[in-house]
Amino acid sequence: MIVELGHFTLILALMVALVQSTLPLWGAERNNAGLMALAAPAAVLQLGLVATSFAALTWAFVVSDFSLAVVVSNSHTLKPILYKVSGVWGNHEGSLLLWVLILATYGAAVALFGGGLPARLKARVLAVQGMIGVAFLLFLLLTSNPFWRLEFPPLDGQDLNPLLQDPGLAFHPPFLYLGYVGLSMAFSFAVAALIEGRVDAAWARWVRPWTLAAWVFLTIGIALGSWWAYYELGWGGFWFWDPVENASFMPWLLAAALLHSAIVVEKRESLKAWTILLAIMAFGFSLIGTFIVRSGVITSVHAFANDPERGVFILMILGFFTGGALILFALRAGVMEARGVFGLVSRESAIVANNILLSVACFVVFIGTIWPLVGTLLLKRDLSVGEPFFNAAFSPFMVALALLLPIGAMLAWKRGDAGRSLRTLVPALLLALALGALGYAMQTGRTALGPVGLALGAWVALGALTDLWLRTGRGAMAGRFARLLRLPRADWGKATAHLGLGVTIFAVSAMLAWKIEDIRVVQVGETFPLGAYEVRLDKVEEVEGPNYTSTMGWMTVTRDGAPVAVLSPEKRIYPVAQMPTTEAAIDYGFLRDIYLVLGDRQASGGWAVRSYIEPFANWLWAGCIIMALGGLLSLSDRRYRVAAGARKPAARLAGQVPAE
Amino acid sequence: MKRLILILALLATPVLAVQPDEMLADPALEARARAISRDIRCPVCQGETIDDSNAPISRDLRLIIRERLVAGDSDAEVVEFIVSRYGEGVLFNPPAEGANLVLWLAGPALLLIGIGVAVAANRRRVVPETTLSAAEESRLQEILKE
Repeated sequence: MIVELGHFTLILALMVALVQSTLPLWGAERNNAGLMALAAPAAVLQLGLVATSFAALTWAFVVSDFSLAVVVSNSHTLKPILYKVSGVWGNHEGSLLLWVLILATYGAAVALFGGGLPARLKARVLAVQGMIGVAFLLFLLLTSNPFWRLEFPPLDGQDLNPLLQDPGLAFHPPFLYLGYVGLSMAFSFAVAALIEGRVDAAWARWVRPWTLAAWVFLTIGIALGSWWAYYELGWGGFWFWDPVENASFMPWLLAAALLHSAIVVEKRESLKAWTILLAIMAFGFSLIGTFIVRSGVITSVHAFANDPERGVFILMILGFFTGGALILFALRAGVMEARGVFGLVSRESAIVANNILLSVACFVVFIGTIWPLVGTLLLKRDLSVGEPFFNAAFSPFMVALALLLPIGAMLAWKRGDAGRSLRTLVPALLLALALGALGYAMQTGRTALGPVGLALGAWVALGALTDLWLRTGRGAMAGRFARLLRLPRADWGKATAHLGLGVTIFAVSAMLAWKIEDIRVVQVGETFPLGAYEVRLDKVEEVEGPNYTSTMGWMTVTRDGAPVAVLSPEKRIYPVAQMPTTEAAIDYGFLRDIYLVLGDRQASGGWAVRSYIEPFANWLWAGCIIMALGGLLSLSDRRYRVAAGARKPAARLAGQVPAE
Repeated sequence: MKRLILILALLATPVLAVQPDEMLADPALEARARAISRDIRCPVCQGETIDDSNAPISRDLRLIIRERLVAGDSDAEVVEFIVSRYGEGVLFNPPAEGANLVLWLAGPALLLIGIGVAVAANRRRVVPETTLSAAEESRLQEILKE
């Protein structure tokens, strides 16, 4: 009965979304206040209905209702409760329902907290948001209905893919979706502005928090995914350049570009048309990402569920929304006339450079991702594009971005003085170069990547700190420290996010350059050297888990005889899913992770063991967290609370969704 | 669903791809073998290199690479050998020639276009500020006279 209720509310939500996407739009055109006012309650009602539906599906998973096809395919009575709940979105149908739930939540947030918005703009924004809702609710109901009942329910389920039974991955999709779908807000505002034919500072002040929130969620989501790949897949890496990873990375790059260009619109009333275009493209890439993940058109190790019919449907959604918005853009972009002018050397120009580099980097990732498809369809050739291409073709743009960032971030608005910015950055530059030289002197190999990455990361990070310090003006130290604490949160956010980027750049190059790998056969009781450490395989035993059996190794890590850690890498077999997984054992450290993987028993009696020293691995996740923190700080700036009141809905979202 | 699970079981555990018994005793040769195998796609599992994959064919390819290296082939000859048998689809790093030039040059080309458009747009924006219309000019003169 509860399941039918969920199904029914989902259909009702579609009806409400239909009303929300048409009548308010018409009302805004005819200046009918009554019709415009319909948008807000419709958005809230839509959220209520979709949330009921989502709750019903969650209930079906929690009580293991095996009359539902999705539950049978993705759950099992023995599964821990956390994974019963995360199983709701660990499959195609459920994850789309989560998509729609988040979409409706954003819509309702505008409806509830958008009191300061002009009525007409609000009606149009909600109508566009409603249209996206209609498209995805139709998609859900027509091709991927999670409420499909089975005529003969089995006694037990087929279990969730064991790789997904992991706390890191339980919350990875919700964060990614919060990011993807958050960009729908920027899109709705962009389209509403195009219909309106007006973009001004107030508009930008409304769009920026949503973009910022989406970007923060994407940052966290991508970092969680990468961390999961690092510790769960047992291969010692953190990024594949896999199509599905790229799918989340492209919107991240464009969201980063958008949240910078929106500053120019807000402060200088310039770059309006470009910002609108970016907002459209950013959501377009979210849809492309959804298409790549859900259609299976581009083969990927992440291909959990895919289906050509669904791919075509998403392609239609993509064509309708991006195509429609771009046509609207072509018709109306001329109306958006820039008011602020700026010199070639100015903060505005620096942000334009940032936007160009980020967009081109996104384009490189895009073309690399779809190139195999181009090869098959147009060139009739079987082509692959992988890590070597992306490393070579993508990195130069990031290096250029990192080189320009500290200088650009300190230029004055309108007309800057590059020489002056550079002079203030001399200490940061010298320190960064010295660190790079130190890295070169201390490393054992001859790679340039490590020292260059260190210098570049330090340049960005120190540049961010210099910028923050210079904002305190002149005078005595004590006065400057006092002023430092009173700086607007936006300044702190900017410095923090840039600092995080510097840390991330350094960590990525350090992990790629200075990783130590060792593969060998180890007898029980044998000790082998690993970098500066010694590792001993003490014993290997069989252990029973709640829904798996495990072969567990006990390994002692010492350094010059002093104990460092006892680690137990595992090989698990999940009997229901008939699937083996590897649980790497990691000793997390400030400067390095020790990463051990247990392999198969060898004919000679020993065990295959793969071990890594991963330098500065924690710095990578820390860098991402610092970046996200910078975004949150910026989001909490006073001017958004006063002007837009948009901080609250974002904070509410973060707390609310995983709990459901 | 069974098929999916089977595929997942094959795909999703890139663990212990390179086995200890495959490795060459000579560290220099082994390092070359690893470098080559990181650029070769596993022919049956799409998204993975033969270095990461634990599919049987990847193991065979890793062994072939080592055999050729021990026989004295250069890195390029080894890659050539594999491409001649499995097609160019196994190359994760498509060579920058022919149609692949589009792939390699798309980014730099877009960068140049972007810079060109940005500079042109900037010029266009700056011009109106410096020239005043006749009406504004006369108004300015009035203000200056007062």
